[in-house]
Amino acid sequence: MAALLEVKNLRAGYGPTEVLHGIDLAIEEGTITTLLGANGAGKTTTLRALCSMVKTSGEVLFAGKRIDGRATEDIVRLGVAHVPDGRGTFGSLTTEENLRLGAYVRKDRSAVDADYERMYSYFPRLKERRAQQAGTLSGGEQQMLALARALMLRPRLLLMDEPSFGLAPLVVKEIFQIMKEINAREKMTILLVEQNAAMALELAGHAYLMETGTLVLSGPAAQVKLDEAVRRSYLGY
Amino acid sequence: METFLHQLVAGFATGGIYASVALALVMIYQATHNINFAQGELAMFATYICWSLINAGVPYWVAFFSTIGISFCLGVLIERIVIRPVERAPVLTVVVVFLGLLFILNSMAGWIFTYTIKSFPSPFPKQSPFGWTFISSHELGAVGVTLVVLSLLYCFFRFTPLGLAMRAAAQNPDSSRLVGIRVGWMLALGWGLAAAIGSTAGMMVAPIVFLDPNMMSGILLYAFAAALVGGIDSPGGAVLGGFLVGILENIVGAYLIGTELKLTVALVLIIGVLVVRPAGLFGKVIVTRV
Repeated sequence: MAALLEVKNLRAGYGPTEVLHGIDLAIEEGTITTLLGANGAGKTTTLRALCSMVKTSGEVLFAGKRIDGRATEDIVRLGVAHVPDGRGTFGSLTTEENLRLGAYVRKDRSAVDADYERMYSYFPRLKERRAQQAGTLSGGEQQMLALARALMLRPRLLLMDEPSFGLAPLVVKEIFQIMKEINAREKMTILLVEQNAAMALELAGHAYLMETGTLVLSGPAAQVKLDEAVRRSYLGY
Repeated sequence: METFLHQLVAGFATGGIYASVALALVMIYQATHNINFAQGELAMFATYICWSLINAGVPYWVAFFSTIGISFCLGVLIERIVIRPVERAPVLTVVVVFLGLLFILNSMAGWIFTYTIKSFPSPFPKQSPFGWTFISSHELGAVGVTLVVLSLLYCFFRFTPLGLAMRAAAQNPDSSRLVGIRVGWMLALGWGLAAAIGSTAGMMVAPIVFLDPNMMSGILLYAFAAALVGGIDSPGGAVLGGFLVGILENIVGAYLIGTELKLTVALVLIIGVLVVRPAGLFGKVIVTRV
């Protein structure tokens, strides 16, 4: 089976500084893959590079088609949803408007309406807050909203940038639970960037480890978990 | 009492015009964080287009709506051709581009249509409505047109997906791209809409102030004051500010300082707001934690 996302020798950076020094990824459809690494390793940049939010070179193939160099909005229209670093909430718009924006490129009106209800069943808290300005939501609620907004696209590939950042452990657990459910139920492919290596390895089937802009380790999550270096540096035992 | 009422109503009528121009300023400001100094000249130029159409024998309302359409396209074109290349440029560059646009439009109008002052027709009857003496039909009509424009805009931004996308693009361009919004086109659309709103203001004010290439310079100043009073990032505030400034200007001009010094009201307001309450009445006060 060909991979849904295939990345060959991807380089990216900001201005003259190169941050990604040529990485290769292959992500199978319907799987959860996690990208681990310390601060500054280039995880966020990798996700940004996949969506053309930074200047890149190298090849990115999505469903067999080259998407590198295309505009971010065109990549999104192909079915790549990205929950960015910092959640990207539209703070002055309401929760409901945020969700509506998530489905902005979709034309199937009735299915979209059904999806609002689906999101509210995944995240009942958002339903209570539907008319409230999104900027006034708590951090956890905003992360749920960001995930729900991304899901409103009905993406084939979901890119998640550190959903656990700055959140209470219980909320993180809830969000991971929902990712697991969505992956199981809808066969949605997820690429998860995380600092919380223990939880990410629990959830994911496959894992990559990143260090200063290069991939240093790749393999099934269960195997990566047992790796001596990973255990000591990222799992802490 | 009769004169006071008249001053109040006349202030309300010109206030509507300031409100429209102020709203156009705020729309561009929200998207680009710059004041479009050429907003008034765009409106002036549009009014000349309408004048030419009417002179060519086109019925008033046909000319009116064609002018709105032409202004919209002109706004989009200016964004695409002139503003796009300086999108990421420093603030000063953008300000100079705006000023350049101001002078180009002003001189072009003078060159094409000459600097002679022209009268501009009003679509509304000459006699006062319902025998009222404190308001002219044109003033009442101008208020009506302004209110229609404002409510249409409100509905557009509030209830349509495109309006929502434009608000999103102005607020958070990166996130907007991530939901598939073509942010560049939203900016162009914003310019088109701002130019269209401005053109209605120009066509409504021209019968009062007469048409010449400098007719909008004072109005832009009042509109700027209105936008600041309401809060430069608040569309609703700008509209309310417009009416406030219009009424204040007329009352103060009539009873306190005389008409010669009326423009000072705008300048005093601008300085006053910036000193006392920089965020305006409805603007966001940005608080940063340290």
